[in-house]
Amino acid sequence: MSWSRDEMVRRAATEVQPGTIVNLGIGMPTEVANYIPLDGSVTLHSENGLLGMGPYPTENQIDARLINAGKQTVTALPGASIFDSALSFAMIRGGHIDLAILGGLEVACNGDLANWTVPGKLITGMGGAMDLAAGARRVVVLMSHVSKEGNPKLVSQLTLPATALGCANRIITELGVFDTAGDCFICVVRAESVSQVAIERSTGARVLFTTVTAGRG
Amino acid sequence: MSYTSPPIEKVFPKVESALNGLLRDGMTIMSGGFGLCGNAEACIEAIARSRVRNLTIISNNCGNQGQGLAVLLKNRQVSRVICSFVGGNPDLADLYMKGQVKVELSPQGTFAERIRAGGAGIAGFYTPTGVGTVVADGKEVREIDGKKYLLERPLRADLAIVRAAVGDIDGNLRFYRTARNFNPIMAMAADITVAEVDKLVHRGAIDPDDVHLPGIFVKRVVEVRDHQDVIEHRTTRTLVGRSSTS
Repeated sequence: MSWSRDEMVRRAATEVQPGTIVNLGIGMPTEVANYIPLDGSVTLHSENGLLGMGPYPTENQIDARLINAGKQTVTALPGASIFDSALSFAMIRGGHIDLAILGGLEVACNGDLANWTVPGKLITGMGGAMDLAAGARRVVVLMSHVSKEGNPKLVSQLTLPATALGCANRIITELGVFDTAGDCFICVVRAESVSQVAIERSTGARVLFTTVTAGRG
Repeated sequence: MSYTSPPIEKVFPKVESALNGLLRDGMTIMSGGFGLCGNAEACIEAIARSRVRNLTIISNNCGNQGQGLAVLLKNRQVSRVICSFVGGNPDLADLYMKGQVKVELSPQGTFAERIRAGGAGIAGFYTPTGVGTVVADGKEVREIDGKKYLLERPLRADLAIVRAAVGDIDGNLRFYRTARNFNPIMAMAADITVAEVDKLVHRGAIDPDDVHLPGIFVKRVVEVRDHQDVIEHRTTRTLVGRSSTS
């Protein structure tokens, strides 16, 4: 069985180490916050200007002027700080963010990432995606293994416009965990009962299975 | 209003008077705010009523969900937008796709730094963001200490409209929570900045250490008490579970 969406999110949460500063992208990556400790050992950064982001508010804690980059209402934990957008991106570009977990449309085995636009589709703009991809010390991409049309999203070379080059370190999909290794992907965890052949068939680049372990979500 | 010192020339009684003489066709306006959070809403409404046209708007989102600056788009008052994100703003995406509004997309951190540079007298800066992407098209790429960077140029505007929680009669500002976002840097990067504040206070009411933006960057202040503070995505949790989206 491949991993469910929730299992993928929980797997991504294991990437988050205590004592680190983490930015979670919009969409599925935001859900990773549900599985990381709230004891302050992990600090969440939101690029609209909040360090020390807490969980969603309870009904009576809602504050329209305390939101995350996805424009969702959030809370600030004790010890949080708030700052302007230039300072927020100085944190990102200056290498002060340890980990960014981002969504993806395509990742090449050399770490090139495409996650901001599809030519011909409705334009959304890159927002903070290019800065996060280029600036975070480590980038983990959380995405489905193939597109809705069934095309591989782990590829040897990007076909979509790049967000940043050589930035993605690891990809988590419903089939497993993959590291970018230059001319190939290395499968480091394979979802339980997903075969190597199934992974190879769904991947647009060479995959090495040297260190692979089968893993539950 | 509750000042104890006599009012000085920076304080205006109404948004219309604060914007009086500042609006003209073809001008460039910076507008603070991230999505609908921290927008100078009363200033935007006054600009909509003024019917000035052919505006260039510099704003991270240029409104959202039909509200905020999206009203100016619907009125066809805007010919060009410089922003980082169009998602969630169907009015802008629609006009852009039809070619009725020019859109220059800038990565959000580059966008913020271009504004900061504009206010700080910096003629340009080299950033790693956008190297190897369409953002690099037509820009100088330079390798510095073995890493590639793009040359990005500053942004300035004729007018900035910003929102703050507290302002004093000298234009010193304090912001509230994530409504700060682009407001302080935009206030620095325009020829004239109008600050719309929730609460106007007398000189000395804000401790110097607590000023987020010094009044040197603010030319006009107007108190607006009845902000709507729209919530775009109301996400809550119950105390039992961890989270839910509604």
